[in-house]
Amino acid sequence: MLRVEKLKVGMLPPLTFEVAASECLSIEGPSGSGKTLLLRAIADLDDAEGYVFLDGAERREISAPVWRRRVRYFAAEPGWWAATARDHFPADVDAGRLDRLLDASGLRAGLLDQPTGQLSTGERLRMALVRGLIDEPRVLLLDEPTAALDAQSAALVDELIRFQLLAGRVVLLVSHDPAEIDRLAHQRLQLGAVKRPAAGFGRLLPDGSAAR
Amino acid sequence: MNYVPLSWIDLAAAAVLIVFNGMLSWVLRLGLERSIALATVRMVVQLGAVGFVLKFIFEQTSPLLTAAMALVMVAVAGHEVLARQEARVGGWTAYGIGTGTLFFVGLVATLYSMTVIIGPEPWYAPRYVLPILGMVLGNTLTGISLVFNTITQAARRDRAAIEARLALGETRFGATSSVVVHGVKTGLMPILNAMAATGIVMLPGMMTGQILAGIDPVEAAKYQIMIMFVIAASTALGVILAAIGGAWLITDARHRLRVAALGLT
Repeated sequence: MLRVEKLKVGMLPPLTFEVAASECLSIEGPSGSGKTLLLRAIADLDDAEGYVFLDGAERREISAPVWRRRVRYFAAEPGWWAATARDHFPADVDAGRLDRLLDASGLRAGLLDQPTGQLSTGERLRMALVRGLIDEPRVLLLDEPTAALDAQSAALVDELIRFQLLAGRVVLLVSHDPAEIDRLAHQRLQLGAVKRPAAGFGRLLPDGSAAR
Repeated sequence: MNYVPLSWIDLAAAAVLIVFNGMLSWVLRLGLERSIALATVRMVVQLGAVGFVLKFIFEQTSPLLTAAMALVMVAVAGHEVLARQEARVGGWTAYGIGTGTLFFVGLVATLYSMTVIIGPEPWYAPRYVLPILGMVLGNTLTGISLVFNTITQAARRDRAAIEARLALGETRFGATSSVVVHGVKTGLMPILNAMAATGIVMLPGMMTGQILAGIDPVEAAKYQIMIMFVIAASTALGVILAAIGGAWLITDARHRLRVAALGLT
């Protein structure tokens, strides 16, 4: 279970919420409302006041690299540092698992050995998803995972997320697609000045935090 | 030694030449008269002062005085590293890393040159220590400035890649390794180029000085070769230490890229 307590991100009021295993929390709000900053703070990529607990352990009690192996941030525009996609995976990567993930994302195995620059935006986005899922993190912080994808690829990615939920992962999803949110989210967190209570599973507390 | 000492009148005759620069500026309306005058006065005062200070220190042959002068040189060189940064990251910490690296490299290189290579009597003879330290510092500081500049620029450009590696659970040094390698390569470029081109286009300053002072050119070349080895090794050591320091500087204890310090927010 992921518990966020009084987390101070950007201009937002302190945020408190919980997401259980196999649950998906969608984070909504207009551009610039701090959705990405919230995900980055949870992954400890930005310094933020407040607490983030994974199964009772606060992030500062755990070394940052270990924390990020469990609580994984997936950027909307993933970065690449080596020549081919394969170079971005550990040398001792489980080949069978890699094949299955590529297949589930609709990526040809041949793409692994092409220069990353030659992959399309959508292929790179899905390759980054595979790269981040290969070592089985417990919490997935997904920043617009399907925004740059065509409908068919987006459906594959949604299916992949659903599969991760079945496997007991915690998912935080930033998305601008209401249909995707409806399909995946069990709870909703609304950021920004909008006061309307979020329809469906969650509601907004007066201090800006969400409850079920 | 059969060198021709310069009299004050000789110097005055040379100073006439700078007047030519002033006239050129006046005739072509370059407006550089003030700068030329200021630069001339600074050059004369600084070199003159250094001449007298060194003469004083050489006459004393005091280890304490030599060490004090060496420390002043290191401090000024450390300041110069920062002055050459296009965007300063880290402030005093950066000064500390730069100066600490220069201190360590200068100490190791000078001690090795004095005790193992040259072996003057006494080993701390300032006539050998200070010029060699000066050449080591001058070249190492060029390397270190390049490393710092390259690392901060590359970190800005490759932010997404560095943060992707951090998000995948790499440490601050793992995630910045490509930036560090880039910095080390750039920092070593000037000394490698200098070694490859030396003697063909221009005689190195030290060798020229020794030849003018009446030393056999072959002996002067031997000295220059020795100095090149010392400088190359010092620069390599300094560049690597500074690159590790630079990676440390652009990240924090929680293995985060310091985006605010890099001016990325």
